[in-house]
Order: sequence, then C-alpha cells, then structure tokens
Amino acid sequence: MISVADTRVASARRPPRPARSLARRRTTDRTVTALLLLATAASVLTTFGIVLVLIFETFEFLRVVPLTDFIFGTEWTPLFDPKRFGVLPLVSGTLLVAGIAALLAMPLGLVIGVFLSEYAGARTRSIVKPFLEILAGVPTVVFGYFALTFVTPNLIRPLIPGTDVFNAAAAGIVVGLMVLPLVATISEDAMAAVPRSLREGAYALGSTDLEVALRVVVPAALSGIAASFILAISRAVGETMAVAIAAGSTPVLTLDPFRSVQTMTGYIAQVSLGDTPQQSIEFRTIFAVGMTLFLMTLALNVASQVIVRRYRNVYQ
Amino acid sequence: MSVTAADRALWRPRVEQRRRTGRGFVVLCYAATALGLLALLVLIGDTLVKGAPYLSWDFLTSYPSRFAERSGVLAALVGTFYVGLIVIVVAFPLGIATAVWLEEYAAPGAVKSILQTNIGNLAGVPSIIYGMLGLAVFVRALGLQRSLLAGGLTIAILVLPIVIINSQEALRAVPSGLRHASYALGATRWETVRHHVLPAAMPGILTGTILALSRAIGEAAPIILISSIAFIAFLPESLLDSFTILPIQIFIWVSKPQEAFHAIAASAIIVLLALLLAMNAVAIVLRDRARRGTRW
Repeated sequence: MISVADTRVASARRPPRPARSLARRRTTDRTVTALLLLATAASVLTTFGIVLVLIFETFEFLRVVPLTDFIFGTEWTPLFDPKRFGVLPLVSGTLLVAGIAALLAMPLGLVIGVFLSEYAGARTRSIVKPFLEILAGVPTVVFGYFALTFVTPNLIRPLIPGTDVFNAAAAGIVVGLMVLPLVATISEDAMAAVPRSLREGAYALGSTDLEVALRVVVPAALSGIAASFILAISRAVGETMAVAIAAGSTPVLTLDPFRSVQTMTGYIAQVSLGDTPQQSIEFRTIFAVGMTLFLMTLALNVASQVIVRRYRNVYQ
Repeated sequence: MSVTAADRALWRPRVEQRRRTGRGFVVLCYAATALGLLALLVLIGDTLVKGAPYLSWDFLTSYPSRFAERSGVLAALVGTFYVGLIVIVVAFPLGIATAVWLEEYAAPGAVKSILQTNIGNLAGVPSIIYGMLGLAVFVRALGLQRSLLAGGLTIAILVLPIVIINSQEALRAVPSGLRHASYALGATRWETVRHHVLPAAMPGILTGTILALSRAIGEAAPIILISSIAFIAFLPESLLDSFTILPIQIFIWVSKPQEAFHAIAASAIIVLLALLLAMNAVAIVLRDRARRGTRW
C-alpha cells in the first residue's frame, strides 16, 4: 500500500505531470460510475436468476404432480415405484435436525453471549472470541465427518445402543455446534449495545450481577437475541454437507432422533450425485424441493429482519 | 406512609441466596463456554489423531485411487486452487465495486435500501440453491458443462454478497473528513475514491475478502450439483475441463463404507484446515502491514 509519504517522494523524482483537463477527468468519473453501477447489477441478476430458475422448474414439476399432493403428501418415493411426491417426510427430517440443532445452540449460545458481554474480562474474551471464529470457519463437510465418525459411535451409541449409523441426532448436534458461534456473537452484540445506565440503575436498586444480566440486559436486547435464534434456525435448515453425510437418506415421517431420516438438502444432494436423467420428472423434484427450502429460509430471514427493525429499543 | 411491622416481615432481600444463584450462573457460563471450546478441540484432535498417520508427500501428490492407501489429494488441491483463483478474479472486483457504489455513490433512498436488503437476503440463501442456479445458468444455458469455470463462477456468485458486505464495512470505517478534504481540493468523486478512500479502506477490505475466500474454499454443497463427481484422476488443463475440490473429495471418502477411506478423509481434512489456517494468517499479516501506514 502506498502511504502519503511514498507518493511525495515519487512525485519529487518524476517531472510534474501535465494537468489533465477537467473535461477528461469528468468523463473518467462518469465512465467509472457507469461501471460500478454495472457491477451492482450482478447481485440483482443473481436474485432474479435464483427466483426464475426455481419458479420455472417448479412450474414444470407441478404440471405433472398436483400441488396438494406435493405439499400434503406423507410419502416421498420419487425414485422408486410406486412414485409418491409428498414432501412432508423431507420437511419433517429437516425440522427434526434443525430442531435438535436449535435446542443445543440457542441456550448454549445465549449463555456464552451473556458471559462474553456481562461477565468475561478482556483476557477471557481474547481467548474465547478467536475460538468461536475458528468454530464458525470450519467447513461444514468437516462437521459431517465428525458426526459420522465421532458423535454417533462415541457419544450417542454408548447411551442409546439401537441408534442407526446415520441418524438425525448426530446431524443435529454438529449443526448445532456449527451455528453456535452465530447465536453467541449476534446476541453478544445485541447485549453490548444495551446502555450502561440501565445496568447501573438496576445495581443502584440492589440487584445482583445475575439479576442485572437476566432481568435487565437480556430483556432489553431481546430483539437481537430473537433475531440470532431465527438466523441460526435458518442456517440449520439450509445446511447441506453435514446432514448429507450424517443424517441418512431415508425419507420417513418420524420424530425419533435416533433413526435415519432425510432432509431437503440431503435429498437434493443425493439426486445430484446419482445418475437420474436431467430432464426427467425425478430430477425436477430437486427444484421443487429447492423452492420449498428457499421459501422457508427466506421467510425465516425476513422474520429476523422484521423483528430487529420493529422491536429494537433505541436508547440515547 | 408509615412502615408497619407486617411490612418489615415482607421485606426479605435474601441477598445471600441471590448471590449464591449468581455464583451458580457464573459456573454455568464457564461450563457452557468450555463445552463449546471442548467440542472444537475434540473435533480437531480426533481428526489429527485419525488422519495424521496417512499424511505424507505421496498423499499430497497422488490422484485418488480405488485403494485408500494409494489415494491422494492432488487433483482436489489443484481444483481448489483454481476455484479460488476464479473467485478472486470474479467475485472480488464485482463485490468491491458494488460496495463502493453503495457506500460512496448511491444516494440514500428506496433504490439503495432495496439493493441492501437484496444483498442481505442473498447472503442468507442456502448454498445448495446457488448450485441449482449454477446448474441451470452456467452448466446448461451457457453451455459450460460440468467444468471448472462453471464451478468457479457458481462459488464466486455464492460469496459475492459476503465480499460486498465486508467491503462495505471497511469503507464505512473511513472517516468522512478524508473525503471532504479531497473534494475541497477539487478532486472528482472517482479521484477521491481511488486515491484516498480505497487505500484507506484496503486493510479492512483485504481481511473481509480473504474471509470470504476461506468460505469459498470450504464450500462443497453447490459443487455437488456442478461437478461430475466421477473419478477425477487428472488435473484440469483448461477452464472447461472437469474438476474436483478438497471438500468434495472429503465428502466422497467419508461416504464410503470402508474405515480406510474415513482415515484418509481425516488426512484430507487436515490439509483443508491447514490451507484455511494459512490463508487467515496471511489475512492477518496483510492487515497489520497495511494498517501501519494509516494514521488518523
């Protein structure tokens, strides 16, 4: 990078450049503005691309399979006869894994958030924060490996011997670990934004540390905490590699976490890896499932934005 | 209002008990944090123990094989390198340009807030959905087939929102006095951005983009839809060749029933984590070096 001092030295050595005309500089300025605007269009195009591809392919799918069969059907066997296209088993598998992940990540993440914001000193924070960043940066395929080769054989099976090799519990646990930093960091930020005067007021009334944290700071930061929970669920719903490896490929309507299930993302991965012809109805199912997944995560993301915008307490 | 004896009987501050609960909560805090750290340590430790014995120079320079003990990650390593290059060439300029437009050019208003919301939502779209976009647009419509270019572009599009958001944050951190001084001396908007704002924001932009690149390197889900996943025992010679990447190779090996392949999957994970660690170290060094020249 060129610092101010460097430029001065460089310009002293070189003969002074003839000044460019203002008109030329303005033309450059306008050209660059147009180019930047063009670059900005890329993200808009991406959105249109995603929406159009999903709508077009889902529409083709729905010409063969009635919408009500897809949404309310309780059997998902598009790859075998008799073919059934009920998405509910995939949705239930997804929600089961995401639910287990949320059950782990929400309380644990919130407690870590409270700890970092209210209790931990600078030294502790400087140890814990990088660890959370590393945890957040571990590729998801690694979590899948961990679930299959460590969590199931070493943690779950000793406790519940009949557990399937592929099961929702192990997938849910590692996905929970994966989204834990997200909950901890966002809820910590929300609590750190609560003004000091609120805490001091509570102390002045005789509250203990815990009462200040749980009865003053957490309620004041509730919108941010809720947003972190919803974002974590959304991330868990959309997670692919870990569940494709560890959750199994058995689309069944069950709430038993120790059985093999299949999530929406897991199904998309399974079909993509197989040799299903691309123009067949069997292959089109992945776009219909993708559309369902897209709508679910979009709804969750928008919900978290609305909560932050509408329920945030603004303190002066 | 006078305080009666009955009122006094109601006044039970129970300070000792409340303090005890408080201490209990502190213990809970430490336990929760320790559990999170422990999980990460176990994950890394378990991978190291299982994968380290199979790490060798041969592992890094061999192609995958039907036999676990002869397999290596060469094709995947080179594929990951090329995908990273495509992301750098495509996503970085596009993302930084978008961030500059949003922060330095766009007037506050409906257009800007719609674009901003759109980018935020794109960052929340599951990565496998980007694979579907890549399959429909790059693989099929543009006729790139299941090529390195199609995969690289898909990952570039996937991390674009992250590059934009991180670069925006870096630009926002530049004090507006710098811009005002430049305008006051008669600079045009682009001259101000190019000579003053961008150099000042560069440390932050570098850190943010390298973080986005490490996300790109670890991402596998969209590539499941793009890559042919077949046995890739060659190096891509052009952008239109088929390819594989490290996370996909790991996925293939983990999905095999044999224990031996799980072990080399662990070795490949060590390679991947080492790569990510090196990149993040580079990011930190670059940031610190760039920061040294900045004073305000």
